[in-house]
Amino acid sequence: MILPTLTMASVKEKLSAFSFKGLLLPLFGIVMFIVLWQAGASRVHTSLGEFPGPVVVYEQWNSLVAEHQRERVKEDKFYVRQEERIAERQAKDPSYEGKLRDYTGKPTFFDQIFTSLYTVLAGFGLASLIAIPLGILIGLNRSVYSALNPVIQVFKPVSPLAWLPLVTMVVSASYVSDDPMFSKSFLTSMFTVTLCCMWPTLINTAVGVAAIEKDLLNVSKVLQLNWVTHVMKIVIPSAIPLMFTGLRLSLGIAWMVLIAAEMLAQNPGLGKFVWDEFQNGSSNSLGRIMVAVLMIGFIGYLLDRVMLTIQRFVSWDKTQLLR
Amino acid sequence: MATHLDISQISIEFPTAKGSFKALDNVSLKIEKGEFVSLIGHSGCGKSTVLNIVAGLYDATEGGILLDGKEVKGPGPERAVVFQNHSLLPWLTAYQNVELAVKQVFRKTKTKKEMHEWIMHNLELVHMTHAADKRPDEISGGMKQRVGIARALAMEPSVLLMDEPFGALDALTRAHLQDSLMEIQKDLNNTVIMITHDVDEAVLLSDRIVMMTNGPAASVGEILHVDIERPRERLALANDPRYVDYRTQVLTFLYEKQRKVEPIHAASASTKTKTAKAAHA
Repeated sequence: MILPTLTMASVKEKLSAFSFKGLLLPLFGIVMFIVLWQAGASRVHTSLGEFPGPVVVYEQWNSLVAEHQRERVKEDKFYVRQEERIAERQAKDPSYEGKLRDYTGKPTFFDQIFTSLYTVLAGFGLASLIAIPLGILIGLNRSVYSALNPVIQVFKPVSPLAWLPLVTMVVSASYVSDDPMFSKSFLTSMFTVTLCCMWPTLINTAVGVAAIEKDLLNVSKVLQLNWVTHVMKIVIPSAIPLMFTGLRLSLGIAWMVLIAAEMLAQNPGLGKFVWDEFQNGSSNSLGRIMVAVLMIGFIGYLLDRVMLTIQRFVSWDKTQLLR
Repeated sequence: MATHLDISQISIEFPTAKGSFKALDNVSLKIEKGEFVSLIGHSGCGKSTVLNIVAGLYDATEGGILLDGKEVKGPGPERAVVFQNHSLLPWLTAYQNVELAVKQVFRKTKTKKEMHEWIMHNLELVHMTHAADKRPDEISGGMKQRVGIARALAMEPSVLLMDEPFGALDALTRAHLQDSLMEIQKDLNNTVIMITHDVDEAVLLSDRIVMMTNGPAASVGEILHVDIERPRERLALANDPRYVDYRTQVLTFLYEKQRKVEPIHAASASTKTKTAKAAHA
């Protein structure tokens, strides 16, 4: 009788210990933050009113959701109206071919989130496509490393804001098309993100490749693996942990850079939303900006979690502590 | 019998910050087919360097390696190596590790099915079929070394090179693996060069023991023929006068003729060949 009770108790103890650390402590942290935020916010006065506290932010969130829904309803009606008109004219004149025009209403908060998300993924994807192969090459060959290292070290610390004017000018000069597949603003943001976020992946991949155990290289030599097999079977798997460290840093940088680029260049996205609200200067603006700030943080967190999940899936070293 | 592997007057010099360092000087050794040869010597005497030259991982400054009368340059699977710390690819299972070698060597000569059977056969030899789908971090040190041996055997090498294959294992596991190796050797009769610093291991496994002088400029000191019939039984041999005599001869060479003139603390610190080499340089 004693034994089962004991084990039950220990299980309960473990469970409570887990939920204490896993759930209660984070919850406590969040609650403390909200209390301090509310208390602090009411003391900060600006020309646009009080600094937004949690309650105001929650209200603005709701109003942004409502705005988005209204806009969608408007959009649906717009298309229905067009279709009716076309149908009407076709009834009178069967040869008439109507053309549906795109809805050109103001993008809502959620449209901007979507724009930012695919821009950051495109920029990050392009950066990875360049940085991983280049990193492998640099890691494999000391001469390539010596040749490229100074260039990398100089470009690595460049701020996105410095790149932006150049990228804008180059894109508008070289991407001339009557029926563009991508908008210029998208390309400008994307290339700026690519230029700024490729470095951590590049450097970490190179370091990972260069740090392959000598014994494994000897195995490859004894087996006389050809270059492709050597890279695929030995180099890449062995560099994967560091490569992912780089990729996660890159994605974080990409997201930060994108918001800044959108603000400065007035390219569609969350950055533009923040800037527009700032220029708007209504009594709601600060609350809305705060919603955007929290949303930017939350999306950045989600992006990192997604990368972590991929890393857990891909990495062979299941004992590695990932956080 | 004709010479199978001829290590012919090899010397090697390594460039260091203080000028070149001669690690080996005029090492010659002829090995017959199916012979099991151990290289024994103090840490840093260049045993591993000899093995690496035979494997093709180092280039001899002078002299060369002849395999069946032809000079060999660069590494290749016909001189398979069992490395001291297993050197399995940690992201592949035991099966896949052996598969990588088999695919490389028998790509053109075996069908898929034959390759699979050959991989399983080699894992069977080292009694590792039960863990074929386990990755290296999921199995013990001894098991990893078994897979490492399976991988080397699967290349069907004409010379099997073993670099202190059991050095990193505890005594019981080591004994177990030595028995396994003798069992495999009985069937396959491979030509083997094994580096060891374990006197018992050398006497138990070898047909010949090559004792190396201390570096720098190490060379072959004495060669001992171990004339004990196989199969050899560890327990029975323990009190066999021949065994005791061979053992004494090796110990005499190591601790009287080639005594390490190194302070104790340095000697105990230099368990790894590389560190010792650095100390000499």
